[in-house]
Amino acid sequence: MQPFDYARPATLSEALQLLDRSGPEACLLAGGTDVVVALRNRTLRPKLVVDLKRVDELRPAISEEAGWLTIAATTVIADINDDHRIRTRFRALVDAGATVGSDQIRNRATLTGNICHASPAADTAPALLAYGAVVNVAGSQGTRRVNLSDFFIGPGNTVLRQGELVSSISLPLSSERRGATFARITRRRGVDLATVSLCCIVEASGRTTFAYGAVGPKPFVVVDDSGVLADPGAGADAKDEALRRVLTHASPISDVRGSREYREAMLHVMSRRALQTSIERLAAA
Amino acid sequence: MQSTVRIHVTVNGADRDVDVAANTTLLDFLRDDLQLTGTKECCDLGECGACTVLIDGRSVNSCLVLAAEADAGDITTIEGLETDGLLNALQDAFLAKGAVQCGFCIPAQVMAAQYLLQRIPHPTDTEVREGLSGNLCRCGGYVQICEAVMAAADAGR
Repeated sequence: MQPFDYARPATLSEALQLLDRSGPEACLLAGGTDVVVALRNRTLRPKLVVDLKRVDELRPAISEEAGWLTIAATTVIADINDDHRIRTRFRALVDAGATVGSDQIRNRATLTGNICHASPAADTAPALLAYGAVVNVAGSQGTRRVNLSDFFIGPGNTVLRQGELVSSISLPLSSERRGATFARITRRRGVDLATVSLCCIVEASGRTTFAYGAVGPKPFVVVDDSGVLADPGAGADAKDEALRRVLTHASPISDVRGSREYREAMLHVMSRRALQTSIERLAAA
Repeated sequence: MQSTVRIHVTVNGADRDVDVAANTTLLDFLRDDLQLTGTKECCDLGECGACTVLIDGRSVNSCLVLAAEADAGDITTIEGLETDGLLNALQDAFLAKGAVQCGFCIPAQVMAAQYLLQRIPHPTDTEVREGLSGNLCRCGGYVQICEAVMAAADAGR
């Protein structure tokens, strides 16, 4: 690993000052499961690594306030998966989190890091998108809230500006009944990136939300308000037609994990099954 | 801001105050500085799990942790499981079930299993497979490894 300096700020303002002073020479470290790999293979060559784990404002915490559940930046995925509020209210996020790496990875990797890494295949992105997550951004100029659907620009790229960091991710606490499903295919179970991943939420109002990962340059969300998809009585043909409209937003490529054609075929099958599961879960809710 | 970091860690019960280079991983610190070579280096990507150790009771890939990040941590490596020269129940079960072939992955398999049994003292077969899914064995000894974990769990009943 090339040499770098290491800083462990204790407060958010200290962390932001370091970022401002070092500019693009600084790199943020939370769980390290992506960053340390990049430091070793030299895709990242920072002069300064800023470890955020002792920043008071970013300490692991899941809090509920004014209709939002907020997950602080250094909260690891294992703790999110164990949180009873998330298990009962955001089931698909837990199902997605359970597929991230291994126990060893989930004990270190943070939800915020998974989002900031901006992989098209980020396991937690589809569920967060479908639940309407908001990203809380902090910089020395102030804070801003960004809808997760506006956060990703492309592979490895987000709307974060120089000197900004993500302080937390917030999920709206909906009171509406809903059924949610996460689905994912990989070549190997455990420690493999998704070939296709998705989240489907069906609400009692008839609104259906699909979000996808690994089938475009960034994870994306599509909402269907027609009611056809959510209608347990609608015919298979009508649903397939509506699903095809949803899937026009996908643009999968061929890579080591699967061909474009395979992904397109799986997208339809997985979407249909996830929709059915979500409808059943809504009925049971 | 510094290229050398003073850390205080507890490794297998012993307190240590040491200076580490900022670009040293916990894995290299354990193996090269402390000569605790039971923890293995293999993929260096967080995929094979051969470098698994416990920090504050939680399993981690030590190749993905900077030594500086381990400051204030309580670290357990495979060398820390024995008591007065006697193996623990899990290590005994690995021997009894013939779960060790070439042996390279085994220290980490044991550490991953140790974490699993702390969380779930009596896991199902599926939970054992899930719990060890971050540890590769290229000899393909998974059946005996899973049997050993189940046997250790049974011994704990």
